Amino acid sequence: MIAVFKTIPPSRYVIYVGFLLIFVTFAVLLRNDGFATPSNLFNIAQQTAPVTVMAIGMVYVLTAGEIDLSIGSIVAVSALLAAVVLREWSWPVAVVAGLGAGAAIGVLNGALVAYGRLPSFLVTLATMGVFAGVARRMTDLQSVPIQNDFFNAFFGSGSLLGLPSLILWTLVAVAVGYFVYRETRYGAHVHAVGDNARAARATGIKVLRVRFSVLVLSGMLAALAGLLYAGRLHGARYTLGEADLLTVIAAVIVGGTRLNGGSGTIIGALIGSLLMGILNNGLILMGYQPSDQMIARGLIILIAVATTLREPNR
Amino acid sequence: MPALSIPTVASGDVTPVLSLQGIHKAFGAIVAVERFDLDIFAGEVVALVGDNGAGKSTLVKIIAGFHPPSAGRVLIDGAEVTMSDPSDSQALGIQVVYQDLALADNQPVYMNMFLGKELVKGPLRRLDRKRMVAETETLVKQLDVRIPSAKATIRDLSGGQRQGVAIARATHWATKLVLMDEPTAALGVAETAKVEKIIETLKARNLPILLISHSLDQVFRLSDRICVLRRGKQIGIRETAKTDNNEIVSMITGLST
Repeated sequence: MIAVFKTIPPSRYVIYVGFLLIFVTFAVLLRNDGFATPSNLFNIAQQTAPVTVMAIGMVYVLTAGEIDLSIGSIVAVSALLAAVVLREWSWPVAVVAGLGAGAAIGVLNGALVAYGRLPSFLVTLATMGVFAGVARRMTDLQSVPIQNDFFNAFFGSGSLLGLPSLILWTLVAVAVGYFVYRETRYGAHVHAVGDNARAARATGIKVLRVRFSVLVLSGMLAALAGLLYAGRLHGARYTLGEADLLTVIAAVIVGGTRLNGGSGTIIGALIGSLLMGILNNGLILMGYQPSDQMIARGLIILIAVATTLREPNR
Repeated sequence: MPALSIPTVASGDVTPVLSLQGIHKAFGAIVAVERFDLDIFAGEVVALVGDNGAGKSTLVKIIAGFHPPSAGRVLIDGAEVTMSDPSDSQALGIQVVYQDLALADNQPVYMNMFLGKELVKGPLRRLDRKRMVAETETLVKQLDVRIPSAKATIRDLSGGQRQGVAIARATHWATKLVLMDEPTAALGVAETAKVEKIIETLKARNLPILLISHSLDQVFRLSDRICVLRRGKQIGIRETAKTDNNEIVSMITGLST
């Protein structure tokens, strides 16, 4: 057993061990508070859906050696836009508008990073601020209710064949995300660009196109996360996604994706976001205040990062 | 200035694989390469030597397609080509081995071997890892590059093993020319010997090699002809068998010995 672990780098399995450890701890500590009941676990999985969807995008972005800090703002803009459009038009128009907004912000990020040759950290820091402001302006801080039943069921509270739609979205996003990341030439090029951009270019890979595309992908997935929030809450508000950036980055890094690019894991990111969801849920059930939750989450991220990210030659 | 005599290994009726004619490259007001002419024929190793800043790297970048020359012509098998991107030189059958090992460290050997040209299978165009692993194992065996496995991550290999992988990759994809830019600069003595042995194996395959090296010993061990550059000027070309260390050093430094 130990010999098996030694052949795999720690970053690859620590998440599973940590996940089990925290899950079992909560299951024991909260055995009388209904933590390990199917309905609570289903609830956690559903609440985690938007974070998982964004985390998949973040795996691509980090693997390509970039970062996207604007995802939280994209969530708010696309959810609000979809909600506003739904007042007058049908749901397909709202979906196109919402996803289109995310894609457009992603195109802006990607163009500035790839073709403007600017660092993604600064570009997306700037667009994070700009679109947080845009989201506040769109409806003058007012929340917008959504009364379209199909939209709410499709993205939020509905179900198909007994599976809640949020869990279906998670499964589809993870499956497609995993396939493209691991099984296609595009996925291989994303890895190569983040690992050694010069080597990638020298072998004929279109490095700039890859950088551009991961930021567009991340924007669109953040927009989808916005639609999932809007569907679940039957409405949109500028605060949606506000606190998600750190959770997403933590989930992805804890899951085993390198912050420096070149390697990552989609399944790890899924487990990482579920871990974040369990943490939140468990701490609430234990009666902690949101302030205590923030501290606990921060500490656990620190511990997780310290055990996964330390590289031997640093 | 003495006339440039350009000795060739064959008589004039053989078309050179690569022909550089009147290559000139300036970056703004700075002239990196003044005028450069060279024909490389099948099966020969031509060494390009010169001090730092002589223009060797600029020539490598021109042949590799990173930037086009300001003037002059590049011919492959007698046909003029224009290149504006490394993918262009790749498509023409030119491969480069870089001194700082242009490998993706966190990827396995087989993915590096097929970087940018990954094999796919089926209607979904899935990566065909099995075939890439199998072909990689054959390739490294042919060149006697000893690595633990085609699935090993580059990061876990020694410098010599990495350069072995880089050379195996270059020779696999090169149909016209392999350009080696200081292939042993980052390696130790034993690893250098190993890489030189691999280069000698390549010579037998009729694939021409343009070798850039700071080590004159290495140049004399491996090359058929030596081309000297100094401050962007082409000083001359000598047949390795008909020259010696002193002559080449004086050509490089501009001082008579």
